[in-house]
Parts: sequence; C-alpha cells; structure tokens
Amino acid sequence: QTGVAKSAFSTDAAPNTLSEITTYNNFYEFGLDKGDPARNARLLTTDPWGIEIGGMVDRPGSYDLADILQGAPLEERIYRFRCVEAWSMVIPWVGFELAHLLNKAGVQPGAKYVAFETLVRPEEMPGQKTAALDWPYREGLRLDEAMHPLTILATGLYGDPMPNQNGAPIRLVVPWKYGFKSIKSIVSIRLTDTQPQTTWNMQNAREYGFYSNVNPEVSHPRWSQASERRVGAGIFAGREDTLMFNGYGEQVASLYAGMDLSKDY
Amino acid sequence: MVLALDRINSLARRIPTGVVWVGAMIPFVWLVWAAATNRLGADPVKAIELRLGLWGLQFLLASLCITPLRKIGLNLLRFRRALGVMAFFYIAMHFLAWVVLDMGLRWDEILRDLYKRPYIILGMVGLLAMLPLAVTSTHAAIRRLGAARWRRLHQLAYVAAAAGAIHFVILVKGWPLEPLLYAGAVGALLLLRLRVPHKVRT
Repeated sequence: QTGVAKSAFSTDAAPNTLSEITTYNNFYEFGLDKGDPARNARLLTTDPWGIEIGGMVDRPGSYDLADILQGAPLEERIYRFRCVEAWSMVIPWVGFELAHLLNKAGVQPGAKYVAFETLVRPEEMPGQKTAALDWPYREGLRLDEAMHPLTILATGLYGDPMPNQNGAPIRLVVPWKYGFKSIKSIVSIRLTDTQPQTTWNMQNAREYGFYSNVNPEVSHPRWSQASERRVGAGIFAGREDTLMFNGYGEQVASLYAGMDLSKDY
Repeated sequence: MVLALDRINSLARRIPTGVVWVGAMIPFVWLVWAAATNRLGADPVKAIELRLGLWGLQFLLASLCITPLRKIGLNLLRFRRALGVMAFFYIAMHFLAWVVLDMGLRWDEILRDLYKRPYIILGMVGLLAMLPLAVTSTHAAIRRLGAARWRRLHQLAYVAAAAGAIHFVILVKGWPLEPLLYAGAVGALLLLRLRVPHKVRT
C-alpha cells in the first residue's frame, strides 16, 4: 500500500504510535480486556475474505475482497478517533470512501440505511464463545451518513495492511461518531429501508443511541462526555475538551439539521 | 485439620506485623516504578487507576476475612489493622489518581461527576466510610471510644466494601465477570455476618 494519496480530510495532529494503536483495542470478539485483541487476534484468518452485499442494491452478491479493492481509490486519512469511554487517539488509516463501494453495488432509490455485520467464527474469535455481546456485532448508518466523504472503509494503517486486532481485513471508520460505530472485520453490508439493529443499542438503548455522534453536551448516563484523555499524551497530560462531532462539525453538522441531538443521541 | 490450624496460628504469632505493612507497600512501589519506566501499556493512567482501586478492594476484602476465619479457628487478628489501613491507603491513592491523573484537576467536571454519576458517588461513599476507620485505627482511639463503640463504628467497613464492589460493577461497559466476582465475594462476606436469630419458638 505504498504511494497512497494524502487527503485534505486528514488532521495535522500527531498520530499515535503503531504500538498504542495496536495494543489498546476494544474488539470483544477477542476478549473484554483492551490487551486481549493484540494477544488473541493472530488466530484470525483474513484471506480468503468475502463480503456479502445485499438488500436494496442493483448488484447483490458475495464479493471477494480483492474484487472490492480492485480500483478502489485508496487514501491516507489521519482521523481523530474518540471512544465512548472518553479516551481518544489520532490514527493514520488507509482506506477508501464507503460511497465508492455502495455506488459500485448500485443503491436502489428506496434504500435509507446501511447495515453492517462482523464475522462470526468462534473457533478463531474466542470472545464469541461467551455471551458478552449478541453476536454477530452489528452496526448501521443512515444512507447520507454512509455516503458522506468522511466515511471510509479502512484496509490499513500506517501504510501497512490492517492488523487483525484493529479489524482486518476491512473495517468501517466514521470519525465523527463514537468508536463502537466503526465496525470491524466486515462480512456483510445490506441496504435497507428500515433502521437496522445495532449491537450496543440492543445491549443498552438508554446508553448507546443509533446515531452515537460525538457530543460533549450529551452525557453518557454514567459518565460525562465533555472531555477526553488522549492516549499516549503522558501520565500528567490531563484532559482536553471534546469537540462537537469530534471536530468534524463543519463537514457533518448539516446532516443533522433540525434534529434534537439530545433525543437522537 | 485442627493440628494444621494450630500450626498456622503459632506461625502467624511469630510473624511480626511489620511484614504485612512492608509487604502491602510492595505493589505500590512496583506501580510507581512501572509508571516511571513506561511499563503500563498504552493507557498508563487507566492502568494506575484500576490497579490502585483493585488492590484497595482486595485489602478491604482480606480485612473482612479475619472474623470468619477466626470462627473456624484461624487467628490472624493481629494483621487486621495493617490490612485495613493499607486498604484505605490504596483507595485514597485511587481517588487521588482519579482527581489528578484521570480528571486532570478539572474541578468543574469533578464536582459535576460527584453529584451526577452513580458510580462516582458510590466510590466517594466508600472512601468517606473508610476515613473514620483510618483515623481511629490506633490503640489510643480504641481506648478512647471503648471497644463496643469502636466495633460499631468499624462496621462502616461493610458499607465501604459494598459501595466499592458496586462501584466496580457499574463503571464498566457491559457485564464482564471480574467485577461480578468481587461483588459476590463482598456479598458472601457480609452474609456470613448476618446473625441468625437464636430465638426458638414452639
């Protein structure tokens, strides 16, 4: 993945180190501890890999990853990443706009939402042998969110293929939403006309809404979202203010015009 | 069995309590060293906070084991003060880590958390419940209060343990096993203390 284009969407903030990005992960398929994915994800086979694209599309079917990547306009996108647990990182993803794939599949006029699913393979994903979450991990976006140029499917970071613990071989990145929306190791993408079920919303609807936009004014019921700790900033670095839409308001605020974001959290 | 208990009891009598005091400080010294040499992973602040809280809860649980153990013939009472005071030390350090390292002394957010967030409130209840226990942990204090009043006051340890265990359960995302195990242990240790009524009705 050399010679990848730079993007005007990248932040100039200094990225976290590869070691920070690959040893501090929430990927419950490999265990609940943030160190578990780095320990357990090597078991995952990511080749061959297919994605089932279905629902309201013109060209449904099982697509091989290589075909999906054929001609995909890969870019480096250095994005802020804000976890709902109030920590954050800056991550140099390599990926392409989700819109590119959706256009390739041909979105039908009635489609309003995109639903995603993660691989289920308990023999390689030890966390799936427990009932920690209702597998498969599910996420969803409204179609306009999915088509937004900031929304990417990432296949690498720091110019190298995606490490397994970060969601290899292909994952979603939606930088203005809490990290759990950016679903990993995707095997299914469906276009629907009804709002899809999403894992954390199913787990606890009061705490995790369908939208889950980063919003310093809407507290999580159990903790404040007003500020965040930057991972890697040092023990005495303290906190920084969390920005509306994680700092991407200029690009995405218009998507939510007229909505009450304290209700549609 | 009785012989084994006797042997442990006589061994315990020969161990100076200073061993427990010094031993209990080893994790803290290790933590400071590990933090200074960058051995605590990508998010050292959370690691420090979690470890201090966990050790505090563990010492508290250990101190609550002394009485039930005595009922089965194991006498470790001499060590209870050190266990209790060290539990307070680790919980106080846990609180300090939260205020200084995690919250970065953002007092407005700290104060808002203190009245709005159930898990923070429970954590504070636990810490405050331990404060009078730490203050009255000397022989002089026991004499001044009288044994009965001192014992009643020190039942606040039950409040602290319960608050600490629930604090741990509700601060995490989802329902991982570890906090539930601690809550179960605290529940069991408190249940053991319920006095079964001796009244016999005919």
